[in-house]
Amino acid sequence: MAFVDLNKVSLTYRMGKETTLALADATFSIDKGEFIAVVGPSGCGKSTIMKLVTGLLPASSGEVRVSGAKVTGPIKGVGMAFQNPTLMPWRTTMDNILLPMEVVEPHKRRFRSNRAEYEERAMKLLKTVGLADFARRYPWQLSGGMQQRSNLCRALIHEPELLMLDEPFGALDAFTREELWGVMQALWLEKRFTGVLVTHDLREAVYLADTVYVMSKRPGRIVLTRQIDIPRPRSLATTFEPHFVDIVHELRDRISQEHA
Amino acid sequence: MTDFRREALKHAMPWLVTAVLLVIWEIACIVFDVPEIILPKPTKIFTVFVARFDILMAYCWDTLWTTVIGFLLAIAGGLLLGLAIGASPFVYSGLYPLLIAFNAIPKVALVPILMIWVGVGSLPAVITAFVISFFPIVVNVATGLATIEPEMRDVLRSLGATRTEILTKVGIPRAMPYLFASLKVAITLAFIGSVISETVGGNNGIGFLMLSASARNDAPTTFAGLFAIAIMGVLMYAVCALVEKRMTRWAFRGELVS
Ligand SMILES: Nc1ncnc2c1ncn2[C@@H]1O[C@H](COP(=O)(O)OP(=O)(O)OP(=O)(O)O)[C@@H](O)[C@H]1O
Ligand SMILES: [Mg+2]
Repeated sequence: MAFVDLNKVSLTYRMGKETTLALADATFSIDKGEFIAVVGPSGCGKSTIMKLVTGLLPASSGEVRVSGAKVTGPIKGVGMAFQNPTLMPWRTTMDNILLPMEVVEPHKRRFRSNRAEYEERAMKLLKTVGLADFARRYPWQLSGGMQQRSNLCRALIHEPELLMLDEPFGALDAFTREELWGVMQALWLEKRFTGVLVTHDLREAVYLADTVYVMSKRPGRIVLTRQIDIPRPRSLATTFEPHFVDIVHELRDRISQEHA
Repeated sequence: MTDFRREALKHAMPWLVTAVLLVIWEIACIVFDVPEIILPKPTKIFTVFVARFDILMAYCWDTLWTTVIGFLLAIAGGLLLGLAIGASPFVYSGLYPLLIAFNAIPKVALVPILMIWVGVGSLPAVITAFVISFFPIVVNVATGLATIEPEMRDVLRSLGATRTEILTKVGIPRAMPYLFASLKVAITLAFIGSVISETVGGNNGIGFLMLSASARNDAPTTFAGLFAIAIMGVLMYAVCALVEKRMTRWAFRGELVS
């Protein structure tokens, strides 16, 4: 039984008389512990899918189910990294990352009395993304890429069952990005959470995902579903193997049709 | 000019301009032979200010504490109401029009009513200071809440936060710079409120002192009172500006505080 299940889901944004059909008849499901990637042209409704799955937006038609239950409002305790870092400027990086601990059970109850332990945990996470020295800085004292990495830490800290990442590596240089793929994969292999990754980088999608969904331009439809049958753990060397490159080319060809 | 001297001159400018104005005033009084009862010379005002310093201070103190108490009440009330209005569209549509109507009433008109209700003394001054400085605080706090970036709220919603948690974790911190920005305006208004009340119907405070001095045709003392008010106003404004800078460093992205 699928963990996340979308059945003919459509979404129309309304602004007074203007309407935008952002997503049309999306039907797909994600198994528990599966990591999927969604790729497609800009504005095709990828961020919209993220908001629908987490219940931040109600579907205009169709049905979203998460672990069997129909989604009617925001579902609890997901880890979500939004496309903009959305860190709170009045909190230090450390306090920003600890935010989920103040809200999500069971950490919420233990947080005040076990703060040191949680800070240690956050520190470990900051180290893996290379931000250990910036824990006491404010987000506006960090560069764009550093903010994105903090954003990623905030999504991961409470070890959510469902992790939603909206272009989390977008503003990073190629080296840091590829390093973080490795970090992400290691985390996933360890915890086996269910992951949804939105990205424009096809190599990233193939590296990290079990299944890649390609979407058409707006209104977004899923036009290709590609299983990635490359064994894990994958490494940077894997990305240069012919099979990997073939898959990337196949995806690229399909997307370039959308731009025609 | 070196940077240092430019900087020094920039800081000295307000004092220089004040000094020049006072000198012009002094000369004008002498040249046109203005009667003291109409416009006393600044030197005369200064002499009176020093000679009657104790009395002035005593009356200033009255004005100061009525203003501050009214102001503190306005912060507490304004913050609560502002949060309620900013957080709930129903409270907003119910109360906002009333608030605007109430704000449109010239507060001088309230003083006689207050005197019927609570008598003469410090209480009407406190209440007038409160009602007059209340409004900008409410409006600013509500604006701060209403303009929260939706993404910021979504971060908390996706974690499963309750409405109260969203209010305390995003709403209130986000409204703080707006609150502190309103304090500078509010303290000035509170001050106007208590002086108005003292002038219309009080038996102490600097407003009352000026009123009784002018009734005796004692222009120098009246003007000395005016200067005392100006000095107090500037000082209180400065305190609020300082608090604002201290409390909302993040809103200035640290730029203004080096
Ligand atoms: N709040 C909104 N109100 C109205 N229209 C919106 C809103 N958010 C998104 N849209 C529209 O919906 C469509 C899909 O937006 P979405 O953000 O899901 O795209 P995306 O696939 O994430 O694009 P990108 O890759 O550029 O991030 C766009 O055409 C956009 O104009
Ligand atoms: Mg997007």
